[in-house]
Amino acid sequence: MRVIVAKPGLDGHDRGAKIIARALMEAGMEVIYTGLRQTPEQIVSAAIQEDADAIGLSILSGAHVGLTRKIVTQLRERGSDDIAVLVGGAIPPADVAVLREAGAVEVFPTGALLADVVSAFRRHGERRA
Amino acid sequence: MAIDPNERATPSGIPRKASYLASDWHPDDAGADAAPGAYPFTRGVAPDGYRRKLWTMRQYSGFGTAAESNQRYRYLLDRGQTGLSVALDLPTQLGYDSDDPRAEEEVGRVGVAIDSLADIETLFDGIRLDGITTSFTINATASVLLAMYVALAKKQGSSLARISGTIQNDILKEYVSRGTWIYPVEPSLRLIVDTIEYCSTEVPRFNAISVAGAHFRDAGATAVQELAFTLADGIAYAQRCVERGLDVDSFAKNISFFFYTHSDFFEEIAKYRAARRIWARTMRERFGAVQERSLHFRFGLVCGGSTLQAAQPMNNAIRVAYQAMSSVLGGATSIFTAAWDEPFAIPTEESAELALRTQQILAYETGVPDVADPLGGSYYVEALTDATEREVLRLLDEIDAQGGMVRCIEDGIVQQMIADEAYRKQHRLERGDDVVVGVNRFQTQQQRELTLFSLDEGLQRTQLERLRAVRAARDPVAAERALERLREVLNSECNCMPVLIEAAEAYCTIGEMCGIMRSVFGEFREPIVV
Repeated sequence: MRVIVAKPGLDGHDRGAKIIARALMEAGMEVIYTGLRQTPEQIVSAAIQEDADAIGLSILSGAHVGLTRKIVTQLRERGSDDIAVLVGGAIPPADVAVLREAGAVEVFPTGALLADVVSAFRRHGERRA
Repeated sequence: MAIDPNERATPSGIPRKASYLASDWHPDDAGADAAPGAYPFTRGVAPDGYRRKLWTMRQYSGFGTAAESNQRYRYLLDRGQTGLSVALDLPTQLGYDSDDPRAEEEVGRVGVAIDSLADIETLFDGIRLDGITTSFTINATASVLLAMYVALAKKQGSSLARISGTIQNDILKEYVSRGTWIYPVEPSLRLIVDTIEYCSTEVPRFNAISVAGAHFRDAGATAVQELAFTLADGIAYAQRCVERGLDVDSFAKNISFFFYTHSDFFEEIAKYRAARRIWARTMRERFGAVQERSLHFRFGLVCGGSTLQAAQPMNNAIRVAYQAMSSVLGGATSIFTAAWDEPFAIPTEESAELALRTQQILAYETGVPDVADPLGGSYYVEALTDATEREVLRLLDEIDAQGGMVRCIEDGIVQQMIADEAYRKQHRLERGDDVVVGVNRFQTQQQRELTLFSLDEGLQRTQLERLRAVRAARDPVAAERALERLREVLNSECNCMPVLIEAAEAYCTIGEMCGIMRSVFGEFREPIVV
């Protein structure tokens, strides 16, 4: 399984993204961590180019809804909406449903457990594979 | 679960005994029995602690447009806040105007949007800059924000000799943990030395840099790592100033520090006591500082951050209260107590007020601030202070041996140490080794309905209109001339502060100024460390 862990937008808080990337690697997945400040275009292109099964987005700046929508839309436009999009970060409870509606298959607000995150990636990534 | 009392340790791994005796403390080795206000200032920089001046209550806030944030500042000042702390949005922190395509989705979200001097004028509407101190959490674009602040002070007729405040201006830790870098290391350090040099003579009461360990800490570092990396950064900046030819006693007074206070009560107190001692000795012994002010380690801090939890969120108010008390026992110069709803969003007026009240109760009801360094002479606290100092010095030696802090950051060594620690800590939490109430012990299923802050999305449009109006109203020739001069100065070895102030006064935008810096300096390439 191959996963892109990405930091979209301008947010520089990467503690969560790095922990998730490492946990997914330890679970045997191939992980590409993009680093900071990736545009939706860059993330979608990376996912298609790397033939990723899933994309994990980490956003703590409050821009999660707009950025997720853009990424999901672009995946759809490029015929790659079989790539699962999972979102984590500082996400208020009311936005969980909004993100799911926008096309995120899983949402992990503050306090999510690694075991749950890893199994969600496996579930959605394997569905594609 | 049987607990062996001999196997306890602080979160930084310093062993902790069940009790401490006089024989655990060796005051002669450490100079720790020197009185408060006496070198090496373990017990504080003021002989009478907080009697003459309490710590500054400085709540980090800002969102949307300058007008909205100005209202929040007045609300907080009205309720007894004693200093301002400006939270800026990410486009401002990264040198993009609000109408830049890269700024979309981010305008006004994590802080206030500042495009030009016009926004700074609105932000401080009704607030005299010589009557308040202001702290800006701004790094890559700190020189530009300082220029705007100075321009506003001049416009208000506030004397530059009297205004005071802080720009964070600490780029090294941005490369490691907070991520708002723009330019490569060398030009970034040049900008920092420019601001320090400028402030040391022109705005002498202004902290031109607040060397911040807080972000190492919140990225996962232990208290010992936080302090060691911060001091290493401080040493790197001081070194650059000396290399520029500045006299250490001219600029040392313009350096302050910033930390996170997390939840281990005594470890935090020991951290701050050790910090004062190490910095005083470093400034005297390594840099040859003579004036007493140059040896003073002054620091602000924040309580909250990654210690705050989404589960049972009201518990966060209690965590912050304990953290604030240990911060005062550690001798903090200024404190920001985060609001209980920080894991979800920026605070509401109500949660921001409760966070401020937490400090006021501590200041006025507990009696804690009446005596300087009340824990001085505690066998435990002194032993823990000494042990913290030893561990920090060991780490500082390690950094020196690997070529110094700048080198360690460029090589990703510091990033790796912090990432390792963050990963270890997450596993300790999930295994239940570290107890967090409501998260892995005493959980409840019950979820309360929360009233959270949500940004008025219309404010982004308002900001774009404002920006257009500023561009249309300014003298285009003056703006163009200032930007041309900026390019020339950046390509020379001259201090860029005077021309940045000139550009601010001509209502050049942050995107225009930083765009020129980007073209002259290039951009940093982040080493990817997981």
